[in-house]
Amino acid sequence: MSLTAILVDGLTVRFGSFRAIDDLSLAIDYGEVRAVIGPNGAGKTTLLDVISGITRPKQGRVLFDGGLDLTQASESAIARAGLRRKFQKPSVFEGLSVRRHIAIGADVGFRSRLDAPALEDRVSEVLETVGLTDQADRLAGELSHGQKQWLEIGMVLASDPKVLMLDEPVAGLTDEETERTAHLVRALVRPDRAIVVVEHDMDFVERIADRVTVLHEGRTLFEGSMDRVRADAAVVDVYLGR
Amino acid sequence: MSRTSANLPFTLLIAVIVVAAGAMPALSGTSFELSRYLTNAIGQLAAFAVLAISLDLIWGYLGILSLGHGLFFAIGGYVMAMYLLKHSFVVTGTVPDFLQFMGWKEFPFYWAGFDVFPYAFAVAVAVTLLISGIFGYVSFRSRVGGVYFAIITQALVYVAMLLMFRNDTGFGGNNGMTGFSVLFGWPMGTSGMITALAVASLLALALVLVACRRLVGSRFGALMLATRDDETRLRTLGYETLRLKLIVWCLSALIAMLAGMLYVPQVGIINPRVLSPELSLEIAVWVAIGGRGHLVGAVIGALLVNAVKFWLSSAAPDIWPFILSGLIVLVVLVFPNGLMDLAKLRLTRPMGPRRMATELEEARP
Repeated sequence: MSLTAILVDGLTVRFGSFRAIDDLSLAIDYGEVRAVIGPNGAGKTTLLDVISGITRPKQGRVLFDGGLDLTQASESAIARAGLRRKFQKPSVFEGLSVRRHIAIGADVGFRSRLDAPALEDRVSEVLETVGLTDQADRLAGELSHGQKQWLEIGMVLASDPKVLMLDEPVAGLTDEETERTAHLVRALVRPDRAIVVVEHDMDFVERIADRVTVLHEGRTLFEGSMDRVRADAAVVDVYLGR
Repeated sequence: MSRTSANLPFTLLIAVIVVAAGAMPALSGTSFELSRYLTNAIGQLAAFAVLAISLDLIWGYLGILSLGHGLFFAIGGYVMAMYLLKHSFVVTGTVPDFLQFMGWKEFPFYWAGFDVFPYAFAVAVAVTLLISGIFGYVSFRSRVGGVYFAIITQALVYVAMLLMFRNDTGFGGNNGMTGFSVLFGWPMGTSGMITALAVASLLALALVLVACRRLVGSRFGALMLATRDDETRLRTLGYETLRLKLIVWCLSALIAMLAGMLYVPQVGIINPRVLSPELSLEIAVWVAIGGRGHLVGAVIGALLVNAVKFWLSSAAPDIWPFILSGLIVLVVLVFPNGLMDLAKLRLTRPMGPRRMATELEEARP
């Protein structure tokens, strides 16, 4: 295992004449929580789309663990390699129970590979972690917005991913829920796991991130700790405001 | 859990089907014997119910609307008709009408072996899997979905209809195939045969229902619903949704084929009109009215719409299209989940209007 979980190398993504990502290079290490921030249209979600195989770049490579080129792999192959992502809009299966979600996330395959008790243990464990034990038998469609966010985090967490991508995990949450989510994210940090968070809530970012990458017009504007990000004149200018 | 409440209608339906299948032969010869017309109608309705289930499986549970399921129904129907004609010819020496009409002395070479039922059945399965497999693979691979997929399936069934209308294909052309006289060595058209076919259709319906119920209740079934609700989400969890969709699509096509094989001996004819877009659209209407994503709903929808059609097409054939269209509008506007919405309404408000009035009273601020 290399130190670098994800290496983005000379990445360019174009939608028509618009360059969503423009010759971007960055490295995300195991063991860190990396926040990716920036104004709307900076290319944050597009970056996650490329890493998860949904969007194909015009140029460049994205290497996972020093080997697999994610720009050539299918979405499902990427997920099976250990990269999981929570989407910006909470994406859950309205017609399935909370418990089913975690089971689907924990064990890939049309038939379950884990034996029933092992799967059940894993499901209970994850439900406990994301705080949805009491909701286990409810349908996802009946959950509140915040509970859906946690359910999706639980679903992507269940497989013990090496790379966990969270796209706006606290959008639309109350202060209390945001607080809970911050605790949750910090509890997920492990030496063999990289966590990438895209978020607009700067207080939240400050609480969870080890390092921050500021994107602007598809390029890296700044990279460093949140303190230094706040102090950087260029970042203040294009994003944070005075 | 909530599953038990959904079990009751399903168990009831299976019980009704099995009892009906047992009662029909048991009552024959007594004064309660059903008329041949009614027995035949029940058998045909059962075949339609099987067809409705096949569509519900991919539309209700997987979110893929096919407006061309008549194609797979027709494959089963045509192959069954070929078996019946060839078999009747071998047993009685009757030369089929379409051969005489074309002035042909013998069957085209591809009719060889169709007098043997297992061979005919294998051909039906192979052709169904080939067409559904290729079509499904190409469409799902290029991620064609939703309304585009529905339109392509509609075009597919239309092309098949134009093909079968040709008289030189050796499948009966615009007159279709009829004049079946022997099935499995037994003469057709007798009361016993009509009852046997109806019972077979009912039992097939019960079997298909139980099998589909097991499928949708399994982990695989949960993955079907997940694909319907958010396919990208499931793919980015590591699942090959292309394979899943292809498996269910082909399975659905096979069930529709089975329905066609049950249907043709009971109506005694097949012609290209089963490939008309109208029939394929109508299947979707049965499922929509009964309730998508409910096996019981699909069966009830098929039975209800067709029962009304059987009755009206003799009583007042001109107004049938208007009634059907009216039902569609009603479902779309008032009951998006079909009759299953109605069932929920009854369960939550068992007291009727009076209870509703109190609820309105309570809801007032």
